[in-house]
Amino acid sequence: MGFKKYLARKTGVYLITFLFAVTLNWLRPRLMPGNPIEAMLSSNLGLAPGEKEVLMKYYSQLYGLDKPLWEQFVNFWVSLFHGNLGYSILYKAPVTDLIKHALPYDVVILLPAIALSWLVGNWLGAIAGKNKRYDRYTMPLFYFLASMPYFWFAMLLVYFVGVRAGWLPYQGAYAPDLIPSFSGDFIASFLKHWILPFLSLFIVMIGSWAIGMRNMIIYELEADYVRYLEALGGSEKLLTKHAYRNAILPQVTGLALQLGLMVAGAIATEIVFNYPGIGILIMNAALSQDYFLLQGAFLMVVISVLAANFIIDLIYAFIDPRVRTSYTEG
Amino acid sequence: MSSLLDVRNLKIYYKTPVGYVKAVDNVSFKVEKGEVFGVAGESGCGKSTLVHSLILRKPPMVHMGGQAVFKGRDLMQLSKEEERRIKYTELSIIPQYAMNALNPTKKIKDIVWDIAREHGYEDRNEVEKLLRERLAMVKLSEKVADMYPVELSGGMRQRATMVVSTLMNPDLLIADEVTSALDVTTQRVVLELLNYFMEQDIVKSIIFVTHDLALLDKIADRFMVMYAGKVVEMGPTEELINEPSHPYTTMLVESLPKIGVRYRETKLKGIPGYPISLLNPPKGCRFYTRCPYAMEHCPKVEPSLVEIEEGHVVACHLYGGESNE
Amino acid sequence: MPRRSRMDTVKIAFRNRKFQFGFGLLMFFVLFALIGPLFTPFAWDGLYYEKVGKIELASYSGRHLPPMSHEEIYTYTGKKVEVLHILGTDIQGKDVYAQLVYGLRTSLWIAVLAAVIGTILGVTIGFVAGYKGGWIDEILMMVVNIMLVIPAIVLLILVAAYLSARSPEIQAIIIGLTGWPWVARAVRSQTLSLKNREFVSLARLAGQSDSKIIFGEIMPNMVSYVFMAGILQFSGAILASATLDFIGLGPTTMVSLGNILQKAIAYNALQFGWWWWFIPPGVIITLIITALFFVNLGMEEVFNPRLRRGGE
Repeated sequence: MGFKKYLARKTGVYLITFLFAVTLNWLRPRLMPGNPIEAMLSSNLGLAPGEKEVLMKYYSQLYGLDKPLWEQFVNFWVSLFHGNLGYSILYKAPVTDLIKHALPYDVVILLPAIALSWLVGNWLGAIAGKNKRYDRYTMPLFYFLASMPYFWFAMLLVYFVGVRAGWLPYQGAYAPDLIPSFSGDFIASFLKHWILPFLSLFIVMIGSWAIGMRNMIIYELEADYVRYLEALGGSEKLLTKHAYRNAILPQVTGLALQLGLMVAGAIATEIVFNYPGIGILIMNAALSQDYFLLQGAFLMVVISVLAANFIIDLIYAFIDPRVRTSYTEG
Repeated sequence: MSSLLDVRNLKIYYKTPVGYVKAVDNVSFKVEKGEVFGVAGESGCGKSTLVHSLILRKPPMVHMGGQAVFKGRDLMQLSKEEERRIKYTELSIIPQYAMNALNPTKKIKDIVWDIAREHGYEDRNEVEKLLRERLAMVKLSEKVADMYPVELSGGMRQRATMVVSTLMNPDLLIADEVTSALDVTTQRVVLELLNYFMEQDIVKSIIFVTHDLALLDKIADRFMVMYAGKVVEMGPTEELINEPSHPYTTMLVESLPKIGVRYRETKLKGIPGYPISLLNPPKGCRFYTRCPYAMEHCPKVEPSLVEIEEGHVVACHLYGGESNE
Repeated sequence: MPRRSRMDTVKIAFRNRKFQFGFGLLMFFVLFALIGPLFTPFAWDGLYYEKVGKIELASYSGRHLPPMSHEEIYTYTGKKVEVLHILGTDIQGKDVYAQLVYGLRTSLWIAVLAAVIGTILGVTIGFVAGYKGGWIDEILMMVVNIMLVIPAIVLLILVAAYLSARSPEIQAIIIGLTGWPWVARAVRSQTLSLKNREFVSLARLAGQSDSKIIFGEIMPNMVSYVFMAGILQFSGAILASATLDFIGLGPTTMVSLGNILQKAIAYNALQFGWWWWFIPPGVIITLIITALFFVNLGMEEVFNPRLRRGGE
């Protein structure tokens, strides 16, 4: 029963967030002085003389700037649902296409890095929480890792592993002379190029998971229910088992909360490796003020993060009975 | 036939950077089979430390001497594994935090099975069946076994914990301030349950720890009063309540709410002053600073326990007992 | 209620090892930012300036040099000056040490400002939500939840990209404006728990005004908490600012730590192995954040002794 209520509430929050993000996107060019399309096109890209007029006309029609504001707003939504995010002046291509090509690269780096770092970090943190001697040595290391900007660690990897040692390639997602396909050559090249960007996120992320888990384990091992188990003669192993289970639950929520920071890390990291994901699109768009691309990428990131959050919330409700019950009353 | 629990000259201290805190100092008492033995005193008098030392000694708590012989074995000398084994099946506890004692994210039957398995039980169905029976006995639904503790109300959790604690029919059950956080109605339910456990022979004996003499009046056969780590008086409940001998017991009894007197007024008649620090307790009587009958030699000589009637002992210079030192 | 005096708490904090380490490290960098420029003749942009009449003219050799190299620069008026590049020069021959020291100043300034803005906003909003409750709480928390889900960095990029001239202060403001939700949420729950404590109820019964209760009873009990939140904001701001700078949306009028790294990447410092250009800024960022972590850790142990471990 409580589960439905929880689901409804979460869906509500995410829907409102989504509305908010889209509205923000719609509003921003209109908040700038002058014609919004003009503002959006006023980049320092130097459009060809004819080009600007064509685009102006295209967008004016698309957004119906002569129509009342509410209609403009509705039209904006309609085009959004048709997958129309505008046209990138920088890349001379529809924003949707650009994002479609970039997104897989983000997924192949971020997903494994987050999942594996979560597992490894929690494991290391749990050991640290239980073993004081080990804790003393590893704690500062975890904190040092967690303090590092992702992109700087990426730079170190490029310099030491890529440049100095020459072990792995560090530019792009595959060798420049290859065309994406399912050939062995391409896959091998792709994997080789994947290792360093993956490692740079994976290793840094371990730090913060380990710290979180360590603190949670220490906290849970002091909890009343653990003391009770101990008083009833539960073995060390049993106490740890119970504490670990409860300590890992907040780490699942932590996954949702850290997502934004990790996406940020990935954006900057892609720049270091020149890895063709959304991060590169965002940087290029920002630097050349390609606002359609920038806003499209923004929307894409927000939607992905919202979706990921939603999934995590669902999983969480299944594994923690407290969530379900807290929504049954009131 | 020897007593179920025989505690002799037990000393349990806390190790702190500035020295030992003598929380339990030379305490002796016996708990017989089939009785409810009460331990009374203000918070900080050492009563909780005393019972916890029987169940779980953990730093900074240290055993500094004395014995606690339970069914012929000294609890203080058991190996970790031996100690672990007799817990729950022979010696169990209902903790002060009974409402939060069950892991909120595990079903009650799973919690029980986790512990039972570690005490040599092999048949899961049997344990679960017993759990359901007992839950029904305390007027909880059998279905509670399949629920998570978070799904229960505070009062239900309290009862569930009591069932879990007594499931293996322990010989001795320690009830540590189980009623202090409860409202009056739930308090009565808890007392009734404990009585019921005794009647049904689910538990053989109970040590009931509380700061509330009124509760002891209802449940305990005998009790002892502790003050600042020492036993000041011990005897049958009726005698202690009706004719308290030690000035401290007298004050505790007088502070009880009486029929026809409004609670607020009696509350005002607390005991003036604060207990002394147990870090470096004075040589003489520890109650001296708050005692209305304090005499000249009270701060100098420690009173020893004197039997004033059969089975009724008191440690106070008003009743003699200064020579033994 | 046992209330420790504020001075006692501070004393205990300074006796905590982790706090000592973190605070010491942090102070080292603050000091370095303050007096570091004394050890170099170069200005914030890594150039050597000479006063000619009323104007200052820059001169530099344009040579790319490793750390601790001496070189002779001929100034605009033809004077020969011997200078030392402590951390070498970048690709344009600008002194890296000078950029680093002034960049550190900028980054610290941005972070402090952003942390103050974020903390004040977060404390106020969290406080009002927790104290007032009801629909005000509902609405404010809805805003907080929305802000928490939208990745702050993307929002920052979006806002920063629309601003063509960016001063450090502008960057600090936009970072502060996106960083507060964390604080708000934490402060709200803290307020909720304090609100129902005895001493607050007493004050309310005694007919004290809201503001008196807030500043007289609740705030003093939250100072440590707010301070810790501020420190987290500070480290978050350092990271956010570095990331923004690195993407190329940093201050346009000043050099900052992230800025140096961005330039190093843009000019392929990694491939050419000019480590002195990109290692020091990263080390400084990392160590400052580590230091802040330890300050927080130390304070947590002081205020929440449950986390203390072993014979400390």
